[in-house]
Amino acid sequence: MSEVAAVTFNLKQVRSKLAGRKRADRLYVLVGLSATVLGMITLGALIGSLVIDGSERFSYEFFTNFPSRFPARAGILSAWVGSLLILVVTALIGIPLGVASGIYLEEYAPKNIFTSIIEINVNNLAGVPSIVFGLLALGLFVYVFGLGKSILTGGLTLALLILPVIIVATREAVRAIPPSIREAAYAVGATKWQMIYDHVLPYASAGVLTGTIIGLGRALGETAPLITIGALTFIAYLPAAPLQLEWPFLNFEWLLAGFTVLPIQTYNWTSRPEPAFQANAAAAAFTLLMTTLTINLTAIIFRYRLRRRIKW
Amino acid sequence: MNKAVMQSELKTPGVTKPKAECRNLNFFYGSNNALKNINLQIEDRAVTALIGPSGCGKSTLLRCFNRMHDLYPDNRYEGEIKLFPDGINIVSSRVDAIEMRLRIGMVFQKPNPFPKSIYENIAYGLRIRGDRIKKSELDDRVQKALEGAALWNEVKDRLKEPGTSLSGGQQQRLCIARALATDPEIILFDEPTSALDPLSTAKVEELIGELNGKVTILIVTHNMQQAARISKNTVFMYLGEVIEADGTEKVFTNPSQQKTHEYITGRFG
Repeated sequence: MSEVAAVTFNLKQVRSKLAGRKRADRLYVLVGLSATVLGMITLGALIGSLVIDGSERFSYEFFTNFPSRFPARAGILSAWVGSLLILVVTALIGIPLGVASGIYLEEYAPKNIFTSIIEINVNNLAGVPSIVFGLLALGLFVYVFGLGKSILTGGLTLALLILPVIIVATREAVRAIPPSIREAAYAVGATKWQMIYDHVLPYASAGVLTGTIIGLGRALGETAPLITIGALTFIAYLPAAPLQLEWPFLNFEWLLAGFTVLPIQTYNWTSRPEPAFQANAAAAAFTLLMTTLTINLTAIIFRYRLRRRIKW
Repeated sequence: MNKAVMQSELKTPGVTKPKAECRNLNFFYGSNNALKNINLQIEDRAVTALIGPSGCGKSTLLRCFNRMHDLYPDNRYEGEIKLFPDGINIVSSRVDAIEMRLRIGMVFQKPNPFPKSIYENIAYGLRIRGDRIKKSELDDRVQKALEGAALWNEVKDRLKEPGTSLSGGQQQRLCIARALATDPEIILFDEPTSALDPLSTAKVEELIGELNGKVTILIVTHNMQQAARISKNTVFMYLGEVIEADGTEKVFTNPSQQKTHEYITGRFG
């Protein structure tokens, strides 16, 4: 009886409280919206100022010219080719290593102190300042392995840098697959590898891909580790083309060629005393920013498409 | 021989020709002895229902038959589950768990089709065996399995669509078809209708009824009416032990154990 009595409530009081709760609701929408708009305005202002500062340089020649002493003739050919080739090396090394490590840690590794230490280390690596990776690369790849300040060294360095990002993304994606699907695969007699290859990998691919592309986007914008390995140089040539007409059609000389990349070229121009180079820097930065945005957009589209195909 | 003598010692009422037989089966989750000295025969080509209150070990027992417990650490079997006619001990560490899963299929509590096409869901169990199967033969076997699960007419025009696009009841029948496709010797059902609406439940029950006599079926159910409707034999479990195993009618109308009587009349559980 007393329980029933406790349920009767004062309607007036309930309504005034409800109005207050709804006000708090609206207030949060306002705060959230302002925060988002603030971020968008900052990005918009940045892009706007780059476009205005760099507008005089945007031309076909800007993308096909090498850097030069003369600001008006200086272009980003060696920089974007360098960025592209470095990214290829980074992807070819970073993705297989990262995905394999992520799968191993999530599916195969026994849960013990040793793997816990590895786990903590991987998570910490994602937060290590990039210049530390540059120092490691300088000591290991440049001096010990004697790879020089080459595209290979740059690619390896950035692969190390984004390895934790890919590993963490892979693990998260793998963990999101419900255990019931694994049991279903095992129940029809799949081996562990068949279960992973036929189910875990395809269903995790959206997450892996997103993480990987975001990692590559980060690698594209990295400057410090590449400067550390000695890439801040004047490059007015292109590496040998990776493809050739004569047998064996592939050419790996480019791996050991010197390089520059978009952020280094931008940094180089901003540090020049001549004000005219600031326009070059703005135009190069704009190019870099657009490339990064495009890459992230690709990631979003891929994720959307892959996710739409898979639901539990 | 000694083995033959041992064989004759174990006699579960209601079983005329055993397909499988648990002998002093114990199972441990770590140090928790979840199954205690199970001695039980399972009738060949018939439906055997496992009933009992939550936590009594019926699902644990079911998952011993296809070694599902091997997937998680710190699980341990003791004793035997013999699978006839060859008499292999399913839970022996010398027996390959994957081989057992190839011979014994399973349908889970919640429908868990792969997020692949309907066709691929059925074909998967056949493909992974590594045999070279002709496309036409694979098509035939997929059709036969879907027909066996009474799903063919509903999906024959949409085999390429994802299995997850089906309704819950259809998904569960798809999972049954997936289990049927490989002609298993036993099919294990772990509360297959507990996530389904009454209509889908009726269809799945009807299907299990049709399989009665063709395949050996072991079904865990929370629903006593369901056990009474579809099974030939019923096993009542309580606190990790088999309290009573007999013909279904006998268990439900004239149980020999006081505990069974209390459970089926709703006194606890």
